Amino acid sequence: MSMKSSTATTNAASSSRIAGGVAAALLGVFLLFGVGLANADALHNAAHDTRHAFTFPCH
Amino acid sequence: MIKRILLAAFAAGALAGVFAHGAQLVEVIPVMHAAEGYEGLADERGHGHGHGHEAHGEEGHGHDHSGWMPADGFERQVFTLMANVLTGVAFGLILVAGFAFSGRHVDWQRGALWGLGGFAVFVLAPAIGVPPAAPGMEVGSVSERQLWWVGTVVATGGGLSLLVFAGSKLLKTLGAMLIAAPHLVGAPIPAEFHAGPLPAELAAQFAVASLVTALAFWAVLGGLAGHFFDRWVQQRT
Repeated sequence: MSMKSSTATTNAASSSRIAGGVAAALLGVFLLFGVGLANADALHNAAHDTRHAFTFPCH
Repeated sequence: MIKRILLAAFAAGALAGVFAHGAQLVEVIPVMHAAEGYEGLADERGHGHGHGHEAHGEEGHGHDHSGWMPADGFERQVFTLMANVLTGVAFGLILVAGFAFSGRHVDWQRGALWGLGGFAVFVLAPAIGVPPAAPGMEVGSVSERQLWWVGTVVATGGGLSLLVFAGSKLLKTLGAMLIAAPHLVGAPIPAEFHAGPLPAELAAQFAVASLVTALAFWAVLGGLAGHFFDRWVQQRT
């Protein structure tokens, strides 16, 4: 493998790693708000014990 | 690779969530249930704002969290387990996103260190201003505390990342300042406290139990996430 194509492979790997990171971060933050912070009663009540246990701010 | 990154986060998060559930059963959940007995007393006295567990079945207390809730016992256990697993997955995704952005090599040991960082960001730093609260504690406005909590998490996470990964001293200093900032701004702590019915001993026990349990969860999550990320992402690229 020439130096040039090896660099290209590394760049491709690194940009798909970043894309994976973005996907993971967005999904993680979305889930975190739903389980830990959303004020909807049903969500709050279903996740109540978890919110207290993980020390999220709760009522 | 995106799929394998997400898979590593899901696997580590789900396993760590189940671990957290087991760890909570040791002390956090029993203390929480004991505290709820006192939360019921607060409701009877008319100034509580509980959410309808066993201590108060009737309507009309003006709860801010009425409506559907899991029935006590098995159903509540199942919902708590599911919420713990989802919380594990959420934190797993965020931690693995950190691995991916950093570009650094991780294995289970480095992952566990990352986990301790996650504990500092999501538990320890916010706990200074918004201490772990057992049900029934009078703690002031939820939305104000949530806002400060989110701000502190973002500032601590950003600051810690700069401190650890930034190249220049200037950026590292900026990171340290970011970590301190939310505490200089100050948390929304109520101006005065009215002694509630919850014994201070129980509140202290809950705070310590939840912090220690969260620490164990984050160490396990970090170790597992580091391991899976190493196996499924790093070793395949």
